[in-house]
Amino acid sequence: MKTSLMVALGALMLAAPALAQDKVVNVYNWSDYIAEDTVAKFEAETGIKVNYDVFDSNELVEAKLLAGNSGYDVVVPSGFFLERQITAGLFQPLDKTKLPNLSNMDPAIMEEAAAHDPGNQYSVDYMWGTTAIGYNVAAVTERLGDQPPDTWDIVFKPEIVSKLADCGITLLDAPAEIMATALNYLGLDPNSESEEELKQAEELLLSIRPYIRYFHSSQYIDDLGNGEVCLSVGYSGDVFIAQAAAAEADQGIEIAYFIPKEGALKWFDLFAIPSDAPHPDNAHRFIDFMLRPDVAAANTNYVFYASGNKAALELIDEEVKSDPAIYPSDETLAKLFPLKAHSAAYDRLLTRSWTRIKTGQ
Amino acid sequence: MTAEAAAAVARRRPWTVLGRGLAAIGLSGKALVILAPALWLAVFFLVPLAVVFKISLSQAAIARPPYLPLLTFDPDGTVQLTLHLSNFLFLLSDSLYINAYLNSIRIAFISTVIALLIAYPIAYFIARSSDRWRNFLLMLVILPFWTSFLLRVYAWIGFMKGNGVINNTLMALGIINQPLVLLQTDFAVYVGIVYTYLPFMILPLYTNLVKLDQSLLEASADLGARPLRTFLSVTLPLSIPGVIAGSMLVFIPALGEFVIPALLGGPDTLMIGRVLWDEFFSNRDWPVASAVAIAMLLVVVVPIMLMQNAQSAVVERR
Repeated sequence: MKTSLMVALGALMLAAPALAQDKVVNVYNWSDYIAEDTVAKFEAETGIKVNYDVFDSNELVEAKLLAGNSGYDVVVPSGFFLERQITAGLFQPLDKTKLPNLSNMDPAIMEEAAAHDPGNQYSVDYMWGTTAIGYNVAAVTERLGDQPPDTWDIVFKPEIVSKLADCGITLLDAPAEIMATALNYLGLDPNSESEEELKQAEELLLSIRPYIRYFHSSQYIDDLGNGEVCLSVGYSGDVFIAQAAAAEADQGIEIAYFIPKEGALKWFDLFAIPSDAPHPDNAHRFIDFMLRPDVAAANTNYVFYASGNKAALELIDEEVKSDPAIYPSDETLAKLFPLKAHSAAYDRLLTRSWTRIKTGQ
Repeated sequence: MTAEAAAAVARRRPWTVLGRGLAAIGLSGKALVILAPALWLAVFFLVPLAVVFKISLSQAAIARPPYLPLLTFDPDGTVQLTLHLSNFLFLLSDSLYINAYLNSIRIAFISTVIALLIAYPIAYFIARSSDRWRNFLLMLVILPFWTSFLLRVYAWIGFMKGNGVINNTLMALGIINQPLVLLQTDFAVYVGIVYTYLPFMILPLYTNLVKLDQSLLEASADLGARPLRTFLSVTLPLSIPGVIAGSMLVFIPALGEFVIPALLGGPDTLMIGRVLWDEFFSNRDWPVASAVAIAMLLVVVVPIMLMQNAQSAVVERR
């Protein structure tokens, strides 16, 4: 309710341009992706009013940006979406003289993000995370034994998945990410655009399809937390939300997250400024504020995603920093792979294949 | 008539003068009345439709907006118009689209029939109840509209999920010992659609049945017909316009439904709304998405025309 009220208010604000033009910044970020007091702190320090609006899918942001005149000053798409959006001319280059806190960023993360945005011209990383497996410890132990799972076999081997089917398995409804994960499991290049290899990944997914309860990118957060499903391929931070919810409900449900030994997808969510942003100066101020070590650390401590900010590291809670599911070991890090943007022709094949997997059509 | 007299008439009847003035520029009062809805239709239906149709003849591109313009102006003064009919041919090349249309029609049709079977007795009962009760019962039918549609669909998730109200009740009663999988099935989609659109079926049926002349029923009884016979040969035939109107109000929105199958349906519930979403958001192919929408419009318009013809035929026969 609160969110929809804020969205409605945000829309009202957007509908009134010219009004206090210089004192407003319109931010469009993922839901549950910022500490509770960050916006208030920014407003108090700068006197700039923040219209904070949230989304839950990259596709939604992209459609708004493609249509133009979105009214947003700061958006936070994921790397493989941003990559194509840069090509489409949707963003303006960052004015780095207005971002002194850019020096706090982790050079290693900047370099990886440059795979999406060459030279980090248009974007700067907010958070990063992985797409791997969240599960209900008791339900999985009961069916598969005491050995903690450490491989993608638990999702991709029909004889193992079938044992979990009765307690509910879910996949993200994100074709590019799941397909890349399947390709990686098969020992193929996760960013392959080969039709032949796509076919192999499709067959793998079809072989486990009968055991999948549903495909959805956010429903599993609730369902995993309250025991409705027992295994989800999902985003790290979202599984931690389920974990916290389960702990709070105190119904004896314990949720764990692990990155399998075969590796997993590593993604970045990056700040960018739309080319038609009405308040680009305020957008720079907002981004620079978010890059301040204390602000970045407060956000990571709240949302449980790893920050791309190196200077923030020492301010991040020990339990977050030492959690290998949030800040993986170097050994695990080496096995993570990025997701690249695909060509339009391959996206069509991918979507078609995904429909075939989901519906059998 | 002197000029003073004419002015006096004008003072007394300004509307007459206005009417004459409009007539002078070729507008009658009748045209004026029609003008408002006509403008409304043009601005909010025809113009958007034309835009969608235009996009459906274009080609996808990585740009803003993500399709190529139909008209290109070369510097040497030539204007080029490029129309891509391929988007429509593409819909025929893959059975996905036809299957999705057929499946949508099937789900919408079955939902309409179920809604009709449930709504008819309710509407009949309300039409036959005393004046005092009638308004109260009608309010009960309309009441759900006062809360958000989305919220009500979410409530069904709470009812049908594994440890939801239905399963918990059945398990407590010892009727089942394993929770039934109700959510993410076609069954849940039917429940959602019928529940959501039921009032649209009840209200036109009610307005029809409430006008039914009681003396016809008495005449039927006097001639020795039993209640069932009376219903089948008097009440039901007379209520056909209400049945058609209600069925249209349920069938049409159900056909393009996206939210209900997305929330309650399983991954294999293939409806055209989902295909449209995929084209628009996953493939970023606005032209093909537009072609799907235009084709769907044709699929919807044909049955509507048929039903409308049937309805006017019934009305004329009386």
